[in-house]
Amino acid sequence: MSNTKDNQGQLWEVFVQASPGIPHKHSGSVHATDKEMALQNARDLYTRRSEGTSIWVVPSSAIVASAPEDSGMLFDPSNDKPYRHPTFYVMPEGAKNI
Amino acid sequence: MENVNHLEKFQAVIDADSKIEPKDWMPEDYRKHLIRQISQHAHSEVIGMQPEGNWITRAPSLRAKLILLAKIQDEAGHGLYLYSACETLGISREELIEQLHTGKAKYSSIFNYPAVTWADIGAIGWLVDGAAIVNQISLQRTSYGPYSRAMIRICKEESFHQRQGYEIMGKLALGTPEQKEMAQDALNRWWWPSLMMFGPHDTDSPHSGKAMTWRIKRESNDVLRQRFIDKTVQQTEVIGLKIPDDKLKWNETKGVYEHGEIDWEEFNQVINGNGPLNKIRLANHISAHENGAWVREAANAYAAKQKKEVLVA
Ligand SMILES: [Fe+2]
Ligand SMILES: [Fe+2]
Repeated sequence: MSNTKDNQGQLWEVFVQASPGIPHKHSGSVHATDKEMALQNARDLYTRRSEGTSIWVVPSSAIVASAPEDSGMLFDPSNDKPYRHPTFYVMPEGAKNI
Repeated sequence: MENVNHLEKFQAVIDADSKIEPKDWMPEDYRKHLIRQISQHAHSEVIGMQPEGNWITRAPSLRAKLILLAKIQDEAGHGLYLYSACETLGISREELIEQLHTGKAKYSSIFNYPAVTWADIGAIGWLVDGAAIVNQISLQRTSYGPYSRAMIRICKEESFHQRQGYEIMGKLALGTPEQKEMAQDALNRWWWPSLMMFGPHDTDSPHSGKAMTWRIKRESNDVLRQRFIDKTVQQTEVIGLKIPDDKLKWNETKGVYEHGEIDWEEFNQVINGNGPLNKIRLANHISAHENGAWVREAANAYAAKQKKEVLVA
């Protein structure tokens, strides 16, 4: 770890909800030494033009992410399950609102 | 040795106009090029606050002061977005700042020129931010995901920067003869350095080759510079000022403005540290950083104390 004089705090990921009812979306990251500072910095950096109604900050180190080389194993199997999509089914001629 | 298979896959992602993300495999040179370019971009946003900061206390009205403060705060934000994007490539914020302080990393030479009159604040917003926007719009399509996302966010915020500068210039140009002269003088001083912001001509640009193949850069220096000139000429006419270039003329067949030769000798002088304010800009940054040391120490001490309390409780 670098010396404390130059330590700019750990990295936090910032998620902002743009308006009520929609999901929080990743906006970017900030440096901060504690959670209050992380929230304050996130507010100052990512919501200067009333972009948000709510902010989450999460230490970057707490995020568990899938690895690019695992994407085949994780996501390919769903390709052979077309019956999970509505377009798989043949509807009787003339049926409406389905 | 870099794996051929990896390299092919990497180039295929790029050729398909998809994005490279931090955990994806990438050639070492791609990473290095990005670190150099993004950090230079970040440092420019931060150092760029100095010429404008010089005018906060002397802004001619409360309206002007509020606008200038908001603009400078945006630039600080742009610096932070870009530092974060750069850090995803495996370099720390501390290292980035150190590279700026030791001169290993550069920032845009334009900020080594002084802002001597209020009209300079107009010229900076209109021309310097204007040139930056042309470059940044193009970079929204860069191949590295975090850089592209930072550019998109920055472009959204930039549009007011150029307009507020152009408004200042327009007002001065319509004012007293002295005010108009002040605006023209600022345009005279900032025009050529603004054109230099796009970098050397394509024929002698040292970093461009792979940057285009890897789609870090999407358009060449000369293409972007031409776009900026073509946009700006009309804006200059509207406010009754004159671009300081006798060779500037419309080329009917090509559909672009021809312009005079840029003074590359001056460009190289400023890049190599001999611009009017290189030393002062850097010294200011170093002293602000050092004067902030006690804040970082206190914040870290407070965080450590809180952790202890959690453990005890
Ligand atoms: Fe900016
Ligand atoms: Fe700007």
